[in-house]
Amino acid sequence: MAHDGHHHGHDHGDEGSELSPIALRVKALESLLVEKGYVDPRALDVLIETYETKIGPRNGARVVARAWADPTFADWLKRDATAAIASMGYQGRQGEHMVALFNTPDTHNMVVCTLCSCYPWPVLGLPPVWYKSIPYRSRAVIEPREVLKEFGVVIAEDKEVRVWDSTAEIRYLVIPERPAGTESFSEEQLAALVTRDSMIGTGLAKTPE
Amino acid sequence: MNGPHDMGGFTGFGAVAPEADEPVWHSEWEPRAFALVLAMGMTGQWNIDEARHARERLPAMQYWRASYYEMRHYALLLQLIELGLITALEEEQGRMLEPPKPVARVARAAAIPTILAAGGPADRPSAMPQGFAIGDKVRARNISPEGHTRLPRYARGKAGEIVAVHGTHVFPDSNGMGRGEDPQWLYTVRFTASELWGRGARDSVCIDLWEPYLERVA
Repeated sequence: MAHDGHHHGHDHGDEGSELSPIALRVKALESLLVEKGYVDPRALDVLIETYETKIGPRNGARVVARAWADPTFADWLKRDATAAIASMGYQGRQGEHMVALFNTPDTHNMVVCTLCSCYPWPVLGLPPVWYKSIPYRSRAVIEPREVLKEFGVVIAEDKEVRVWDSTAEIRYLVIPERPAGTESFSEEQLAALVTRDSMIGTGLAKTPE
Repeated sequence: MNGPHDMGGFTGFGAVAPEADEPVWHSEWEPRAFALVLAMGMTGQWNIDEARHARERLPAMQYWRASYYEMRHYALLLQLIELGLITALEEEQGRMLEPPKPVARVARAAAIPTILAAGGPADRPSAMPQGFAIGDKVRARNISPEGHTRLPRYARGKAGEIVAVHGTHVFPDSNGMGRGEDPQWLYTVRFTASELWGRGARDSVCIDLWEPYLERVA
């Protein structure tokens, strides 16, 4: 990892012997920004807790399950995903302009952000490391089928793989195809089949056991 | 700018490494670094496009070697020092040596849920006429702006088709450079893989592009 050759006076502090250089730098910056009055330390705790416990991929799974179970909701999701998703209480930062991408027998959708790491936070939480990694960002657009194989996903040759590069403030949620044999499932049972990766397009929904 | 962030189409960075049951954080400092980036963004001293442009301006090797949260931390430092909110010496010593600069607001703990729920919508009204419609054939301009842009290099000069119209949105090439929001029409353009790469016949890539990036194909 790069530390650009700087030397830091706090590298050998009393309590710092077990902390990495970047951990020490983050800690030092937090102290400084709090001392300057720019940040409220309790606000930092609330931000962390929110994305650890409240906002995550189970939100998106509920949206997908409802789309599978309720054709009226699915139509709404196609027309105005932002409003349809907000009706379930998921909205705001990094989900201001949502578009739902429905996988079909002809098209498999897959989402990337080649320029940074744009991701629909209100429905999926914070992105996984691989989504933000350089291999995914660089290769998803040029060799999506090879990338999918690294996730154990093989898409039939006669199906189009359509990759969505999130270059603007539009955020994409993939609606995977509903697995066969789930006709009698409740929304809750359906949601349990929806993985995070299936809503990015690097996975498929689970088939019932 | 043609910076280290503009990654689409490289193939030399190895395999993707999915992680089963991935935790939200991988080190104790990551959530603190994440929260500092968000909380400082909430002071209103810069916009999202300026924050992205700061990351793009990191030295290329630093950008590529850093983990995600390290990279965000370095870009935050760049902005804080450029704007005079902190000095390099203060960063090194981890304590205040100069009085603070006034900021537009400080996000208090109680306000965080409201701030997150409101988000920062990017659509803006504009009297600008809509230049393209769904089905139109367009070509991404072959340009290399020196400043911030969201037109990826791999699409420049390539022809595609408008598949969605999103209304008028803040234009990053202006907003990221401190020149105002300058709202422009935003479209999704579908490019075939064969147009972009000369292979991948059946596949395609859809990219969100603002009108100034596009020209009509006769």
